[in-house]
Amino acid sequence: MACESWRNKLGAYADGELSSAEANAVAAHLRECAACASDALARVQMKRTVAAAGKRYEPSAEFRKKIRRSVTTTRHSGSSWLWWLVVAPAALVLILAISMTLYVSRERSQRQSVYGELADLHVATLASGNPVDVVSTDRHTVKPWFEGKIPFTFNLPELQNTDFTLVGGRVAYMEQTPGAQLIYRIRKHEISVFIFQDRAGETATLPSGPVQAFSFNVESWKKNGLRYFVIGDVGGDDIKTLSKLLRDVA
Amino acid sequence: MEVADARLAGATFEDLALPLFDQLYNFAHWLTRDTAEAEDLVQETYTKALKGFSSFRAGTNFRAWIFRILRNSFLTSRTGLRTKVTLDEDDAHAIASPEPTPEEVLIETSKREQVQEALTELSVPFREILLLCEVEEMSYEEIAQVLAIAPGTVMSRLHRARKALRAALTPKRKGGARGV
Repeated sequence: MACESWRNKLGAYADGELSSAEANAVAAHLRECAACASDALARVQMKRTVAAAGKRYEPSAEFRKKIRRSVTTTRHSGSSWLWWLVVAPAALVLILAISMTLYVSRERSQRQSVYGELADLHVATLASGNPVDVVSTDRHTVKPWFEGKIPFTFNLPELQNTDFTLVGGRVAYMEQTPGAQLIYRIRKHEISVFIFQDRAGETATLPSGPVQAFSFNVESWKKNGLRYFVIGDVGGDDIKTLSKLLRDVA
Repeated sequence: MEVADARLAGATFEDLALPLFDQLYNFAHWLTRDTAEAEDLVQETYTKALKGFSSFRAGTNFRAWIFRILRNSFLTSRTGLRTKVTLDEDDAHAIASPEPTPEEVLIETSKREQVQEALTELSVPFREILLLCEVEEMSYEEIAQVLAIAPGTVMSRLHRARKALRAALTPKRKGGARGV
């Protein structure tokens, strides 16, 4: 009869629901009573078997997806319009900022690449043993020399009463396009004047005023379908003066 | 459940409810004994739980709360109402059965299928309490919350449920013995 009262506790014992004092008492009895120990073991085994047998049904993948969707979408739906109200303007500003940056940097890199190429041409010409192909201070000699060599013509200014002298000219190529390069000298400084046909895509974004590029002063403008570049290591004022002379005759 | 309770404070419904999906589905299938009905039941449970989530008090037992929603939904469903009717007979049968030692059978034979079959045949109150205790490994207190009964009742009902399960497993052995 004593075992009867112990057995009533074995279920809760196997379930781990007894207080530690009670559990210790049961454990002590189980060490002495083989019948109760066997009963307890059987209960634990039964628990395990039911646990294994009970994990029987698995939801289908589609149903899992369905529930997941319903739970995740409803979580946001309540505040979604509010969320958009806050996020949309910020997103718009961000997109604008990014496109502006891209545009500006693209434009800048394009400008840099054009000026870089011109600076290279200018430096290469000065470094050459024969910087010019037509050596003449006379504009009436230089201009006709280009005929048939480049697909356009241009006018050169009269340099009397100025500090500038014409050194000569040569054919220059920029982006596979032939153009005229004229070398002027002022106080032992050489200045290159490049004249190319203006191609909208490449040079449209170039500024008209004087700028600094690679420590050279550069001025560029467009006139009558031609793009002019004046580049040199002289001060901006000299570049400006020569540019004005060229503009006036062109 | 200490871990789960500790997480409750900042947890969203999704964080709490999605990890229980497989368990809820398994439990629902055991109750309804049908795939389509189990899916409907789980769907209904999630919908109700989501709606009522504001009334759920953080820090209390979420698992017990959502299992209770599922069980209540089942009881009001058509299948739930139907199975309720057969409850008393099952109980009477189970309690009236003599107590043999079916554990030996379990060890020898293909335990799992037999137990599954026996569980399926058990009345809903016995089936559900066994599943909550053994499969979900809920404490008596959690089970009391899910079933909305006193913790003391959990112990006595579990005792009867185990008896009924043993009884459901025993006749098969007896039949087998007779055949020899």
